[in-house]
Amino acid sequence: MTRYALIVHQPDGPPPADLDLDGITRDVRALEQEMRDAGVWVFSGGLHDASTATTVQVRDGELITTDGPYPEGHEHIGGLTVIEVDDLDAALKWGRKSAQVINGLPIEVRPFYG
Amino acid sequence: MSADVEHAFRAEHGRAVAVLVRVFGDIDVAEEAVQEAFAVALERWSVDGVPPSPAGWIITTARRKAIDRLRREASREDRHAQAVLLAAQQDGPVEEVGPVQDDRLRLIFTCCHPSLGMPARVALTLRLLGGLSTAEIARAFLVPEPTMAQRLVRAKGKIRHAKIPYRVPREADLPERLSGVLAVVYLIFNQGYVGPRAELCEEAIRLGRALATLMPDEPEVWGLLALMLLVHARREARAGGVLLRDQDRRLWDRAMIDEGQAIVRRLLARNQPGPYQVQAAINAVHGEGVTDWPQVVALYDQLLMFTPTPVVALHRAVAVAEVSGPEAALALVDELALERYHLFHAVRAELLTRLGRRAEARQALQAALELTEGEPERALLRDRLAALPTS
Repeated sequence: MTRYALIVHQPDGPPPADLDLDGITRDVRALEQEMRDAGVWVFSGGLHDASTATTVQVRDGELITTDGPYPEGHEHIGGLTVIEVDDLDAALKWGRKSAQVINGLPIEVRPFYG
Repeated sequence: MSADVEHAFRAEHGRAVAVLVRVFGDIDVAEEAVQEAFAVALERWSVDGVPPSPAGWIITTARRKAIDRLRREASREDRHAQAVLLAAQQDGPVEEVGPVQDDRLRLIFTCCHPSLGMPARVALTLRLLGGLSTAEIARAFLVPEPTMAQRLVRAKGKIRHAKIPYRVPREADLPERLSGVLAVVYLIFNQGYVGPRAELCEEAIRLGRALATLMPDEPEVWGLLALMLLVHARREARAGGVLLRDQDRRLWDRAMIDEGQAIVRRLLARNQPGPYQVQAAINAVHGEGVTDWPQVVALYDQLLMFTPTPVVALHRAVAVAEVSGPEAALALVDELALERYHLFHAVRAELLTRLGRRAEARQALQAALELTEGEPERALLRDRLAALPTS
């Protein structure tokens, strides 16, 4: 069994006004339940907007704290789900389901070490 | 490499790697072991002769070599080697017949997995199934060797870490996955067709034959094989970019054309058409003594339903010119948004010349020249330009 992260990337800022957030939330919850029922779900969570992030990093031996996400740009991680399945085909199956649920945003499917 | 070993290497490399990937669950281990086994074969076979089952010999030797090496590494606390060794020992004896076929299919589907980029799929397929060296693949795709080496390392790393399965896809996924595999083989063929390394065409045909043996019930697999045979049969006559109608038909490889046409006839009887089959059928018609142009137009109509692209429409227009004349064809061509495609201008030039519109023909030829890179093709265009009477 291998663990995979299903990472949502989303544009910064408020969602478009015509977005059916309630519908999406409902679908995301239903998919999470489906994952639990299938015994593959490990963790999932959505993140607050990237503007709430703080970045800390050691540079030239000095600890630097910066307001904002890393890297700079207009798209950041919006949330992630961790699943545990046999192989990439199985992970991609759940990745595709997630992509359909959050209509339009890309889902990065990536294996964990070990 | 001696000719015997070279032949066995080309013929058996994919088979041997495929079996050993199943046994060891690791592509690098399988590849290195097969390399080592061929190195031994090179010494041994030149003295003892080629054994009755070269594949069996290679697989058995490679397996032994791999286990020896893994034992040495496992004793040095190499956890990866320990795990691979354990997997190999759980497996029963290596069978060399029935399941081997499945192994090759598994390997093909792994190399052509949709999560790998097209360049990675092509490189893996040529490396693992075709047994080409990294240097050979790099030369064929005009890429520096370190770039190609890195591409292969990265792709194999992704297979291992992301756990791309070593498995033939389920029935439901097969059509989509198979078309991905066929696209890789056809891309290899086309690279041989347009690039400096014609042996890639032979490699693609070899892969096509292997696929047809492994999946005899898939008409598109046969369609692609027939298409490649029929196109490759004309390679000598086409040299330097000679157009079909000007080709010396004595230079065609008759046996290859016969084989391709026989496949097309069987496919027509099955009547489950697909894009490769239709393209094969078009080339089969061209392989006849006199081309039946109305039939070619009808086949392009069918191809347009599968692949409605302007390039297909351009080829259809060329056939239309033979049936309904250059004026009708030009009207079709002028509607296509292909200004950046050299053949668009070359076809327009031809039609304009036939219509006696020489100034426009000259402009079109010049536009084609600007977009053409290959020197033989450029020479051919310059000849056509020179042949246009100035008036």
